[in-house]
Amino acid sequence: MRNDLITLIPSRQIVATVLLCALIWCDPFAAHGQDRFTPRTGGPDEVVELINQHIRQAWEDNDVEPSALASDSEWVRRVHLDIVGSIPSVDVVESFLADRDKSKRAKLIETLLDDPGYTRNWTTIWTNLCIGRQTPRRTSRTGMEKFFREAFGRNRPWNDVVFDLISAEGHFEEEGAVNFLLSQMTNRDDAIQATAKATRLFMGIQIQCTQCHDHPFVTAWKQSQFWEFNSFFRQTRRIDHRSFDAASGRRVDDFSELVGTNFSGPVYYENRAGEMNVAYPSFFGVDVDPERSTERRTELARLMTTVQPDQPPYLARAMVNRIWGHFFGFGFTNPVDDMGEHNEVSHPELLDLLAQEFIDNGYSMQQLMRWICNSEAYQLTSSFAKNNRYDDPASGNPPLFSRMYVKLMEAEQLYDSLLVATSADKTGTANWERAQRQRDRWLQQFVVAFGTDENDEATTFNGTIPQSLMMMNGELTQNAIQAAQGGYLYSVLSSRDSDNTKIRRLFLSTLSRIPTRAEMSKASRMIRESRNKLEAYQDLFWALLNCNEFIVVH
Amino acid sequence: MNLRVPHDMTRRHFLRHLTTSAATLPTLQFVSQMQANAAQVRRNQKACILMWMGGGPPTIDLWDLKPGSKNGGEFKPISTRGDVEISEHLPKTATVMDNLSIVRSMSTREADHGRGRYYMHTSFVPNATVVHPTFGSIVSYELGTQRKDLEIPAFVSIGGASGSPGFLGMAHAPFVVDSNGQIRNSQPAVANRQRLNQRLAMLDVIETGFINSDRGEAPTSHKEIYKKAVNLMTSDQMRAFRIEGENQKTRDAYGDNNFGRGLLMARRLVENGVPFVEVDMGGWDLHDNVFPRLRDDLLPNLDRGIAALTTDLKERGLLDHVVLVWMGEFGRTPRITQTVGRNHWARSWSVVVGGGGLKGGQAVGATDADGVEIIGKSYLPGDIWATVAQALGLPVGKVYTSKRGRPLKLAGGGTPIQELIG
Repeated sequence: MRNDLITLIPSRQIVATVLLCALIWCDPFAAHGQDRFTPRTGGPDEVVELINQHIRQAWEDNDVEPSALASDSEWVRRVHLDIVGSIPSVDVVESFLADRDKSKRAKLIETLLDDPGYTRNWTTIWTNLCIGRQTPRRTSRTGMEKFFREAFGRNRPWNDVVFDLISAEGHFEEEGAVNFLLSQMTNRDDAIQATAKATRLFMGIQIQCTQCHDHPFVTAWKQSQFWEFNSFFRQTRRIDHRSFDAASGRRVDDFSELVGTNFSGPVYYENRAGEMNVAYPSFFGVDVDPERSTERRTELARLMTTVQPDQPPYLARAMVNRIWGHFFGFGFTNPVDDMGEHNEVSHPELLDLLAQEFIDNGYSMQQLMRWICNSEAYQLTSSFAKNNRYDDPASGNPPLFSRMYVKLMEAEQLYDSLLVATSADKTGTANWERAQRQRDRWLQQFVVAFGTDENDEATTFNGTIPQSLMMMNGELTQNAIQAAQGGYLYSVLSSRDSDNTKIRRLFLSTLSRIPTRAEMSKASRMIRESRNKLEAYQDLFWALLNCNEFIVVH
Repeated sequence: MNLRVPHDMTRRHFLRHLTTSAATLPTLQFVSQMQANAAQVRRNQKACILMWMGGGPPTIDLWDLKPGSKNGGEFKPISTRGDVEISEHLPKTATVMDNLSIVRSMSTREADHGRGRYYMHTSFVPNATVVHPTFGSIVSYELGTQRKDLEIPAFVSIGGASGSPGFLGMAHAPFVVDSNGQIRNSQPAVANRQRLNQRLAMLDVIETGFINSDRGEAPTSHKEIYKKAVNLMTSDQMRAFRIEGENQKTRDAYGDNNFGRGLLMARRLVENGVPFVEVDMGGWDLHDNVFPRLRDDLLPNLDRGIAALTTDLKERGLLDHVVLVWMGEFGRTPRITQTVGRNHWARSWSVVVGGGGLKGGQAVGATDADGVEIIGKSYLPGDIWATVAQALGLPVGKVYTSKRGRPLKLAGGGTPIQELIG
């Protein structure tokens, strides 16, 4: 049965018909005020229906009622930001709102999963997760991006992708996967950082504290286990090549590579009492031959990416939780990468079920996203309803997904969205490489390093003052509101449309919706009364780009 | 709560305008009297400067040397003006040690960068269900809100990210700036005030509509942060960030490096009434080649900075009001590795505190001859922060409530260290 699903699901027609009964979606202006809930996503997609059942059950158990369906405006903006990483263009919004097709949401999901923006967005997300925004020394961002572009472009199974990231060897531009470990092995720390990062990122478990002591809350996580994991990484060495540069007459950095060594036997570590202990390679009790002939990282990659008897499917659970968290703002655990008996799972059965389906469907990331985006919960508005105020995970309550949670845009989402809103992508540089470098440079202004050798970093693009100053006064906004020829503001202003139509188009291009009555009257008065119309329009555009609604995904 | 250029902007420029225009003698005297009084009030306000040593400093080579031990390393201890010995590579600091005390018996158990940073900043170990506020956010919440004249953020972090405000909300997040004093994008993009107001008025309509659509906290805090940002853009107090205002001699004393410039800016900020400033100095993650890197690179800048700040505060009569704290996320292994490095170590290490009326010149607690074990009582970050809280006049023992209703004690329920309380 499950194998049948694999062949069935990716067909667009099937998915489109899945949602035929979602009658309400056909009306672009139907939205708020739907108090009573009726099932809207049934149909032949078994997994989507199972998600809906589990989510609904939790609503009943907690006595909450879901929020109304999101309006098409709210939804079309959200699904673009979530899947392709930027807001929709005004043309896309207008045609979506006008579309009377009952399955238009399902169809749009398919279109976006096929869009080049999908590959670009997820390449950005996973490059940042693996090597950070500030590329560590002697790590190739280009190589890492190339690896993920291929992975997402071809929808490679996630377990294959992780197998490569853990086991890869070679040149940092030719074998892009090596950059994950290169970035974690910038100092000679016996691969402690690599151990902690790999388990956290791919298995959703945070065992970094167990390098020094047993986990305080999870009895199963012992200090010995950290070092057993760690011993898998100890056959690894980086080589940073240098070469002679004729122009300067000096030796300069050349390529770096990751190579295997013939390390064998145990690793040594000190316990809290100051006694030395030994650890041999072992994956949750599955022992691996510690001899020289064993390729330890290949063994670890195999153990991590296949389901081990009597063990939870760590890899699948971690990815399902992370992707769910990407779309809803909260995963089944908070944070998404700290799963363990100490951290309550909001929907344990649903998590297990989705992890199993993910595995059975060949670890297909697109399939996982397709299920999530087609689920009933993903269609809801972010406004509270009368009876779900309890559902506010930002204040510490477990998420019930009875409404969409508001997410702050990432810096990349803002940058790319500004390009869309201002048509700068159409007017600006045609050179992709140069555009990418410009974007990278702009992003660097928000990165704050922590001063460790582990290259950990924070961002000031976090809703604090530096971000608002950048939005109010920064070059990016200044350029955006310049009515330069070819730009969006220019095209709006040079049309013969009425002021009201122009105002409406500026709202659609930024917030993907038409203005409310209050907004329209304020804006049109401002423009009418202004001595300089161009300035008034610029000020309106400035306000639209600076407002709370623009900077969030809701 | 309309967003607009503050009404009191005129008040702020009032004094300056008065002095330049309607300059009768009595008015001038009155004005300078007022200015002096305001400055005096600000000077007597309590503040804390945290010197954050990102990466985890080898305190065994700085503050708690072990000559004669196999763990002792290359450096020798020297005597100081206080009743403690410190590293020979901190000679300037030695001359101000009568004002600073070393707590040599920190035992903190978190030796991962992220966890150690969190623990030392918040007094709580990381926990999946709540984000604890970093101590600077607590100070912003307790003292910043009382200082109505303060137009710049009450918690400034120079050169580093510090931590999260947690459940206290984004209004108490650190304002992260570079040590060069250039606040990026702080110049209003439109010079014309009327135009800025036009923009803000339009913004207000859209933002209010979105807030009223009832989607949780984010839209409201966005509006609050914008209000603070507008305030800051139009404030004369922005001058406090610009260390070019200092004479060359002072700047030389602090040192022309990120840490030195950061400390000098910190002094200007606390003089201006900012109650908490964190100054970051990274690069302490010394997994190899520890001694040359300390001697040639890190310690000269550190030494110069600490000595200059302490002396400067003292000369200005501010040292009794400003608490100084020096710490990193953990110490480093007493055992020296094969690559002549020291790894992460949280079991026995030191932090330094002083100023703010706390007793200086002493060592509190001790480690054994090899620096491996604590002898006698050991301390947690909460004890340090409780001590600071007491010096700042914060309500030690106060219990906060997280959004979910969980009670959380100030400084993790730590106790002020008696030996340090004056």
